[in-house]
Amino acid sequence: MRLLTFSGRTAKEILRDPLNLAFGLGFPLVLIFLLSAIQANIPVSLFEIERLTPGITVFGLSFMTLFAATLVAKDRESALLQRLYTTPLTAVDFIFGYMLPILPIAAAQSIVCYIAAICLGLPVTVTIVYAVLFILPVSLFFIALGLLCGSVFGVKQVGGICGALLTNLTAFLSGVWFDLELVGGAFKKAANLLPFVHAVELERAVLNGDYAAIYPHIWWVLGYTLVTAALAVLLFLRQMKRQ
Amino acid sequence: MEAIQTERLTKKYKDLTAVDSLDLVVHEGELFSLLGVNGAGKTTTIKMLSCLTKPTGGDAKLLGSSIVKNTAEVKKIISVSPQETAVAPNLTVKENLELMCGVHGFSGDKKKQKAAELTEQFELAQISGKKAGKLSGGWQRRLSIAMALISEPKILFLDEPTLGLDVIARSDLWDTIRSLKGKITIILTTHYMEEAEALSDRIGIMKSGRLLALGTAEELKGKAGTDKFEDAFIAIVKGGRAPGEGI
Repeated sequence: MRLLTFSGRTAKEILRDPLNLAFGLGFPLVLIFLLSAIQANIPVSLFEIERLTPGITVFGLSFMTLFAATLVAKDRESALLQRLYTTPLTAVDFIFGYMLPILPIAAAQSIVCYIAAICLGLPVTVTIVYAVLFILPVSLFFIALGLLCGSVFGVKQVGGICGALLTNLTAFLSGVWFDLELVGGAFKKAANLLPFVHAVELERAVLNGDYAAIYPHIWWVLGYTLVTAALAVLLFLRQMKRQ
Repeated sequence: MEAIQTERLTKKYKDLTAVDSLDLVVHEGELFSLLGVNGAGKTTTIKMLSCLTKPTGGDAKLLGSSIVKNTAEVKKIISVSPQETAVAPNLTVKENLELMCGVHGFSGDKKKQKAAELTEQFELAQISGKKAGKLSGGWQRRLSIAMALISEPKILFLDEPTLGLDVIARSDLWDTIRSLKGKITIILTTHYMEEAEALSDRIGIMKSGRLLALGTAEELKGKAGTDKFEDAFIAIVKGGRAPGEGI
């Protein structure tokens, strides 16, 4: 009951912010339409809808990090969390209450992207459903990262780190905009050590029905998710104690 | 049983002693004000009493429950209205009240009844559908106190409740606080001397983490030999004498 109440509040705070809707849903859609239009006018296969859509769904999740981090940071700064710490809500209520409501928002974002892609010619197959399901563990990584950043940084810092830095990192190091093979070298090595490219490759493999190709990417994603979630919980509890 | 009884309550941060062996008794139903300049230890004292931070020494009992050993019991009987407004900005006034009902485990009829009761008591009906973040500072403070009262606390902590409000909003909030007097125990921290004088049954003056003086506003004026309460406060703080030194 308490967790449900707090989760409901998290969802309302995020969904009632028009900027969140504009960036969370609007921006990935704009990118799908824009890059598809570019693809239609160039002779090489750069943004084919089958490869582009999984990438955009992963890129869109960087906004989930921003939503989570901004909400936690705002709650800390406005002392709403301080008030709630004096209530019977437990640490588990807080952590799940912030993270769980963002999962359906992430799934909804992914579904909207796939609907747009279908309109642009993506064949309707059951693998789209699997791709949406596989987006959930990837979402958990991005949401946990948001909890982590919100526990450590202030609202302004969160805007810079999650709003600018992370979205760009997700975009450039994930192989959505360009093939990492084209750059190669240290850039490619660094990208392969981070989870973004693995999340995109995982989603591409699932969407294409090439289930053998989800390995080793799924291990990278799950590993990063577990480590980030553990760190997020630790840092959230630390700031809770520091109140 | 006393509402609050502290025993050598202490909070140290590395080299800084924010609260130093505080011994204090607050009676049930009393409105007790803690005064002091910045860094006196008022907010740290409230944070320890409301289980937001653990003491590094000593203990305090709130209606018999220890803030060190029985935090869950203490949390059931207290509520806090923090210095900042602490409302959920994208939720309406009504939803903010219902949020507090939910986190305290109220559901169904009790949730509706408590939200309606507080809406009426704090005259929030006209703004109940507005988002809390869009309200003026005065209304946000009023909502903040209403949210703190949802759980029917026995002890209410009000940390600088009128900070930054205009004269009218402050006067309105004073009326609200007066209406609660005697019904629950209230611990108020403030920088405004006239606020402490007008509202409090007793006042404690802190400096550098220690309690310098304790009594009614009249007693403190008499002890300091001044007519104005503000002058008494200044004399006590500048004198900086420790308890038992004759103030």
